[in-house]
Amino acid sequence: MEQLPIRKFSVREIRQDFPALRQQVYGKNLIYFDNGATSQKPQLVLDAINQYYSKDNANIHRGVHLLSQKATDGYEASRMFIQKYLNAAKKEEIIFTKGTTDGINLVAYSFGELLSPGDEILISAMEHHSNIVPWQLLCERKKTVLKVIPINKRGELDLEAFDNLLSEKTKLVAITHISNTLGTINPVKTIIDKAHLVGAKVLIDGAQSIQHTKVDVRDLDCDFFVFSGHKVFGPTGIGVLYGKEALLDAMPPYQGGGDMISKVTFEKTTYNELPFKFEAGTPHIAGGICLGTALQYFSQFDPVEIENYERELADYAQDLLSTFEDLKIIGTAKNKTSVVSFSVDGVHPFDIGTLLDKQGIAVRTGHHCTQPLMDIFKIPGTVRASFAFYNTKEEIDTFIAAVEKSITMLR
Amino acid sequence: MSIQEKEQEIIDEFDIYDDWMEKYEYIIELGKDLPLIDPSKKTEDRLIEGCQSRVWLDAHFENGRLHFSADSDAIITKGIIGLLIRVFDNEQPEDIAKADLHFLKAIGLQEHLSPTRANGLVSMVKKIKLLALAAIA
Ligand SMILES: Cc1ncc(COP(=O)(O)O)c(C=O)c1O
Repeated sequence: MEQLPIRKFSVREIRQDFPALRQQVYGKNLIYFDNGATSQKPQLVLDAINQYYSKDNANIHRGVHLLSQKATDGYEASRMFIQKYLNAAKKEEIIFTKGTTDGINLVAYSFGELLSPGDEILISAMEHHSNIVPWQLLCERKKTVLKVIPINKRGELDLEAFDNLLSEKTKLVAITHISNTLGTINPVKTIIDKAHLVGAKVLIDGAQSIQHTKVDVRDLDCDFFVFSGHKVFGPTGIGVLYGKEALLDAMPPYQGGGDMISKVTFEKTTYNELPFKFEAGTPHIAGGICLGTALQYFSQFDPVEIENYERELADYAQDLLSTFEDLKIIGTAKNKTSVVSFSVDGVHPFDIGTLLDKQGIAVRTGHHCTQPLMDIFKIPGTVRASFAFYNTKEEIDTFIAAVEKSITMLR
Repeated sequence: MSIQEKEQEIIDEFDIYDDWMEKYEYIIELGKDLPLIDPSKKTEDRLIEGCQSRVWLDAHFENGRLHFSADSDAIITKGIIGLLIRVFDNEQPEDIAKADLHFLKAIGLQEHLSPTRANGLVSMVKKIKLLALAAIA
């Protein structure tokens, strides 16, 4: 699996790569603004899935036959591509998981085994439930203590409070790179550096950053980085946990089964080496291979160009929405990605979402799996439009008109 | 009018709309117009928590028939509640338990009773059915 040649950034051409974007819903051209929930898939990935199941399908790491060899080679080649993509030091540091949630649970269980009662875990007020509940479970199990970094009105982390919460007791800081509800880009590098000063490890939830920015785990110096394939134009059911080798080596296995063992007897079992120690059972082979393909696709483009374009889209949408009376943008951080969340006084987000749907526009409404965050803003939920690099300003124009129409109808 | 007849009446009413937005305009009107529940009855024990919108349901059994009133914080949900109550209110528990609500599919609103909507309507219908079964028993 090799790096594809760099392509010029052209939205028109990119749109041609995504068959799902070329369809009508309720007789309208689909406008897909729910990229924060999941992304659409390019033809390259669809072809790779098809190729795998129609030609190369076999179980990996265990066959003597050609197909098994091909499947294993594809899976391991993808791991290496992902390693290079993230700039990880070794391929052993790339663990395939089911996704972000699975990766966080793995760390919460396995790294959690190394913790003692009274040890502290720091998360933030803007975390996804996936980066809250596994830590609560750990705290119940190990009597560790969960502390929460507060945010300000704009939806930015309160870094002063972070400094105060950080102490020798802090063993892990688990924080989202980008908020799925607010779009806030957190200063993760500063957080990682500060956490390391007190000897704490840092897990970055990259579910919302992998598709918007270039991630370099060695530059960040994070200890763990987790993401989901489906948010970065790859399949569902596959994701990655990056972890520093020494740490992963020190951690006990998370699940037992085939592939993760070296030798099994009824008296004693020894475990396989990394990364297989954390990959019990037959994995999502097609997913693993095609996640590599998705990153191969995505890495054809200059990440800075993508970031700039997406920010332009978000600013455009946000400026137009701000002119609406009684509409409030939720999440106005200075450093923000292409997520625009809003609420309208006296109008339920669910109603707006339903009417937008009937006008061909897919958005997400509700609490976005960040209930504690909604409580802080004292709203039941928001309407969230989240843009990807295949969206356009014309689509935003249609969206704005549809929002206006919906609000008028609902008032 | 029987449940069957009421369902048919609603289907006929919606027949004149061929555009989704017109259909929803009508549902929103229903939601706005209907005084569904006495505010003092919007209590925790009558609340059916949906993931997205919340629904309050009040029911009582009188002279062999069930009576309902309900409300929601989302207006479209409220409009659909209006339709459901129109169908179920003042009916005998046996008929309510049997009702298949085919009108929702016929007018294209069955998606609101799908679990992905998480809007409390599924739970509301379930609760109405359970109340009917309890009244029969
Ligand atoms: C910030 C964040 N963390 C975690 C997750 C969970 O990802 P998944 O459901 O793919 O495991 C999401 C997905 O919505 C997310 O946005």
